[in-house]
Amino acid sequence: MSTPGSLLWFARHEMRLAWRDALSMMTAGRRDRERIVAIGVVIFAAFMHVVAFLAIGRLGKVGIAPSLQTLIYVTAAAFLSGSAMLSQAMESVTRTFYSRSDLELILSSPIDASRLFAVRIGAMALSVSVMSLFLIGPFIDVLAWRGGVRWLGAYGAIVAVSLVATAIAVILTVTLFQTIGPKRTRLAAQIAAAVIGGLFVIGLQMAAMFSAGTMSRLAYLQSKYVLAHVPDIASPFWWPARGALGDLGYLAVFVATSAAIFLLVTAIYAPRFADCAIAAAGTSQGATRKSGKERAFRVESPSRSLRRKEMLLLIRDPWLASQSLMQLLYLLPPTVLLWRSFTFEGGVAVILVPVLIMSAGQLGGGLAWLTVSGEDAPDLVETAPIPKSRLLRAKIAAVLECIAIVFAPFVVALALISAEKALVAAVGIFASAMSAASIQLWFRSQAKRSQFRRRHTSSRIATFSEAFTSIAWAATGTVAAAGSWFAVIVALVALGLLGCVRLLSPARAQARSATRKSRGLVAVGES
Amino acid sequence: MYQDKIAPALEIQSLRKRYERPAVDGLDLRVRAGEFYMLLGPNGAGKTTTLRMVSGLLQPDEGTISVFGIDALADPVGAKRIIGWLSDEPMIYDKLTPIEYLEFVAGLWSVETTLAKNRARDLLAWLGLEKHAHERCEQFSRGMRQKVALAGALIHDPKLIILDEPLTGLDAGSARLVKNVLTERVREGNTVIMTTHILEIAERMADRIGVISSGKLIAEGTLRELRDRVGQGDATLEEMFLSIVEQDLATA
Repeated sequence: MSTPGSLLWFARHEMRLAWRDALSMMTAGRRDRERIVAIGVVIFAAFMHVVAFLAIGRLGKVGIAPSLQTLIYVTAAAFLSGSAMLSQAMESVTRTFYSRSDLELILSSPIDASRLFAVRIGAMALSVSVMSLFLIGPFIDVLAWRGGVRWLGAYGAIVAVSLVATAIAVILTVTLFQTIGPKRTRLAAQIAAAVIGGLFVIGLQMAAMFSAGTMSRLAYLQSKYVLAHVPDIASPFWWPARGALGDLGYLAVFVATSAAIFLLVTAIYAPRFADCAIAAAGTSQGATRKSGKERAFRVESPSRSLRRKEMLLLIRDPWLASQSLMQLLYLLPPTVLLWRSFTFEGGVAVILVPVLIMSAGQLGGGLAWLTVSGEDAPDLVETAPIPKSRLLRAKIAAVLECIAIVFAPFVVALALISAEKALVAAVGIFASAMSAASIQLWFRSQAKRSQFRRRHTSSRIATFSEAFTSIAWAATGTVAAAGSWFAVIVALVALGLLGCVRLLSPARAQARSATRKSRGLVAVGES
Repeated sequence: MYQDKIAPALEIQSLRKRYERPAVDGLDLRVRAGEFYMLLGPNGAGKTTTLRMVSGLLQPDEGTISVFGIDALADPVGAKRIIGWLSDEPMIYDKLTPIEYLEFVAGLWSVETTLAKNRARDLLAWLGLEKHAHERCEQFSRGMRQKVALAGALIHDPKLIILDEPLTGLDAGSARLVKNVLTERVREGNTVIMTTHILEIAERMADRIGVISSGKLIAEGTLRELRDRVGQGDATLEEMFLSIVEQDLATA
């Protein structure tokens, strides 16, 4: 048994909470789904191993003394996963500051709170590692199977990267807190986390486009330009990559250095967490905020009122707006490509069409969740004297309006290159956004807007089908933009997919059950 | 006599709703137009479920609901037009100001602009919110949020006002304001149906009181009628309520 208030005691407490939280996220709070989730995890792991085998099965034979190009690839992969880990860790740190769930209890107790925060920093590193190991692990396993057990050293490298990423996240977030204050840090840290998460990929892609005029990041990493500008093969810069490739000496140095950095940062910053949490808790007592300009009181039709309300809520919630619009960050490279294509060839538009369609699907799904499921006053809206169908139509119209505002400039720019491709993009954007919105409608379950980040947990089917239909519409757009009539068949596949999702949806099941029930009632009445 | 000739504000017959177990079990209830009706009952008695079905938030399994003669199940939109609903948890939009919230609610109920503007101004003044009319609700206390929600429930001047525990968590000043607003509405001829666990309020404000237990109406009447039923001439409502519920549980 651990002594109350000790590091071990806090660690046990945190582990129990984390486990229950994770389980609840996976099962959407339903105990009867645990077995299904376990089977799903096993299937996913098996699927990832197959994907890993198909992707890198032939790379296992890389020698222990790798080439500079291999080291570049491995280091780039480490930066890629490191930036994702850093992003995840920054979000975790921010959540620790602002979630008041048990902080008031802990901070009001006579226990040294810095121990709890030290444990929480450790828990963040652990969760970041686990997530990465789950995704990257299958690739390592395939490499170890094909090229020898030394590849298992990559597991150690991942843990080391996650320790460094967590340490940097702690430093960055606390520094943000101390420089711009608790009020602004929440939003700034969330945006920074999202930007950092995509920065490496986007940066690499932009560099690839500008130097080689290609969208391929791998081609860029092989280029003479990169080879000429990276450190010499004997440089310590490559030690982590060498460690990840199975050189145990370098791996030990990398892991030990990372652990030392992490422990040092934890020792310095854990005591500051309490101050930050107290400051964050005090932000809600700040001055009240007036709405921008006072406009004349004007009552509009129910549909317009709903649309206006949705727009206002989105615009006035910078956190939600940033969470939604961050998905558009990945439109940056295609935008640059679009701009460049004015001066280069027009064929590049074919690449842009699917990217735009996919993004519209993603954004449409998020916005539809906010308007349909994330309604903060469901009673008010449901008790309004408006037919439900009209209510839902107004909400979907609000989503499509937002999509139109965001994507119209892209379509117009595309139209300057090719009117046909712009038309394809516009139709695809509409179809993709509408499909995502429909899926959200069929799988709606009431939640608070603040749960936006956890919206995917309510229905895995909805999450995956949203992604698959976006992909299907993007594929349709690609084929259509290439001028092939085969696009009709792909579009039919997308529609078929959507139809299957409709059949699986709880809304459909409820409708079937209601029909059966009403038939039963009629039969009873007739008899 | 006149009261019985016009359609009742609310008439419920054989209402049933079942979850894991029956929440409302063959409930019959009749509330006259223009009265202040208090619905009491222990936790889980079926009060909220009943009121949510009347407001169109839940679909009953069986039974009929009529609001001022309108069949609320056949014509939910017609019934909703004349109902104002307020739940115990004030559901408002943090990022809207009270005036924007009322503008939105008026839009949902298609209230004409000038009328809505005047009502919004009066309601906010009445509830002591005019100074905060253009501040976003995110910083508001629970009492202020509840008052904004109440203003929203009244902006379309409903004939039937249904409130589920509207005074929960309110300070004395806010509670008094809300009570005054409701009393005034009844004086103007509207009907109020309200649930509460604060029995002193029921005792002081209600024209008639209904007691629900296990989804059924087990007692109903004015304070005097309930006293006669229990056979305790000077009993407080609390004593009567506990006696009625205990009797019901003993016979169940």
